[in-house]
Amino acid sequence: MPKSTSKEGVLSSSRGTGDWRRVQDRMIFRFFQFNGILSILILLGIFFLLLFDGFPAIKNLGFSSFLAMTWNPTSYVKETYGLGAMIISTLMVTFGAMILAVPVGLGCAAYLAEAAPSWVRETLKPVIEILAGIPSVVLGFLGIIVVGPAIARLFHLPNGLNAVNGSILLAIMSLPTIISISEDAISSVPRSYKEASLALGATRWQTLIKVVVPSALSGIIASIMLGMGRAIGETMTVLMATGNALNTPSHIFDAVRTMTAAIAIELGEVAFGSDHYHGLFVVGFILFVMTFLVNLIADLVLSKYQEVDR
Amino acid sequence: MKNLFIKGILFFMAVLIVPTIAFSANFIQVKGSDTEVNVVQRLAENFMKKNPNVSIAVTGGGSGVGIAAIINKTTDLANSSRPMKDSEIAKAKANGVNPIGAVFAVDGLSVIVNPKNTLNSLTVDQIGQVYRGELTNWKQVGGPDLAVTLYGRQPNSGTFVFFREGVVRGDYSGKMNQMNGNAQILEAVKKDPGGVGYVGIGYVVDDLGKVASGIKVVDVAKDSRSKAFTPLKLENILNGSYPISRPLYQYFDGNNRAKVEAFIKYELGPEGVAVIQKDGFYPLTDQWKKHNAQIHF
Repeated sequence: MPKSTSKEGVLSSSRGTGDWRRVQDRMIFRFFQFNGILSILILLGIFFLLLFDGFPAIKNLGFSSFLAMTWNPTSYVKETYGLGAMIISTLMVTFGAMILAVPVGLGCAAYLAEAAPSWVRETLKPVIEILAGIPSVVLGFLGIIVVGPAIARLFHLPNGLNAVNGSILLAIMSLPTIISISEDAISSVPRSYKEASLALGATRWQTLIKVVVPSALSGIIASIMLGMGRAIGETMTVLMATGNALNTPSHIFDAVRTMTAAIAIELGEVAFGSDHYHGLFVVGFILFVMTFLVNLIADLVLSKYQEVDR
Repeated sequence: MKNLFIKGILFFMAVLIVPTIAFSANFIQVKGSDTEVNVVQRLAENFMKKNPNVSIAVTGGGSGVGIAAIINKTTDLANSSRPMKDSEIAKAKANGVNPIGAVFAVDGLSVIVNPKNTLNSLTVDQIGQVYRGELTNWKQVGGPDLAVTLYGRQPNSGTFVFFREGVVRGDYSGKMNQMNGNAQILEAVKKDPGGVGYVGIGYVVDDLGKVASGIKVVDVAKDSRSKAFTPLKLENILNGSYPISRPLYQYFDGNNRAKVEAFIKYELGPEGVAVIQKDGFYPLTDQWKKHNAQIHF
């Protein structure tokens, strides 16, 4: 039983009400416990579903066939199930997005937390939240008609459907996560740190760079990891805007096909129960493990930062 | 675990679908080919005007999606720009579906390039080499000195499969950009001087029978000894001189024929043919009329 229940019991004057409140408390406690357990069960359910449905493909094809580079299960000549090119594509687009989003996101967060007058902060924060609400298909659309052609013109490419296009769009998608969590981290740096730094004669800029950002660093890193988790799993935007070529990309301006896009394109037509079908679950499983690891790291870093804060 | 999962999905679908069927016995769901989606949409609209008690919903997604849907009994009519494979027919039969494919139109699958490309004709073999990635510059086939950019469809597209079996006869180059639909290929080729794509004829021809601006339709020759023909002329399709024309199928469940029969008959009738031709596609050749007669259309 949680401690609070006994406290409530002592506080209430009438014994009958106390019993009722205890029952109420216990019910509420059970309800929250049920919710917590449910979400864990859902997570485990997804994990084992992917594992069991992917297993037949690994058994039939051997795990080594998934280590090859090219994914082409509908090939005319010879089916291949390599994950290499897709994993490289996924990482390329994701890290590209982080390279673009991290400086912008941190700059914006630092400005909001440290420099912005309150009316600017009050307007900018909701706007950033709206940015988080843009449907990914709309961003994909922008990628096809605005960002892609602009990239093509700027770099004299035949078309703008490539990894860079995907990165720019994913950067836009992960910005809200990065900004809002970093801003929280930066503004929760104790006032006394800043006051001490300023009192020693440091300028506001020096204080921000040398004191505030380092002490908020674990929160900032967590925000980046969470933004990255969002970018890895994103499907619609990359499916529309990255060109979907099977080759292993060798250049940031190559067309790429991410793991999510492959699943989305192929699951609609694949024969139920075939190696191809189960192979897609292997892709899903690897993707799940990747996002899980990123989120786990974010969580570990975040909990560490909360300790420091206390 | 898996069974439970499938049962769960079936239950969910039953909850969703049963009321729909119960309340509208005259509702026809059409799914599949991206090449066919526009023309079938127009046919459906005209059919509904004449038969207000029937409602038809047409969606795309690709031939593979339509065929998967007919196998899983989630559509009444599957648009497909390729014939069903034997394995797919077997799977449908195992599921209690008897798939029958009517041919309602003929497509002159068009190879398109940018107007800046001076090339006007190619052989089937050359197109295959280009798409297999063996030729990477247009000057290798007598065009300008320009790098080739390949635009094609995704594996769930019937056009992807048909073009691969009939023209590429091998695997597409890994550098090919897999686009989501005919319209996307068209837009990409418009902007890319070195680009090449393949789309259904309905996408290159507008309402007035003119070629859409910003692209050029390449004439195609059967081999290096034959003359090249354009897919834009009716007679080239009807007498078979254009080498990559193909039938456009609509698959339905033979056990549930009555539901879609009136609509297919309408499509094959004079009004249907007029709509089909206005959209740029072609009426049936004798070969396909015979095919339809065999399945009693």
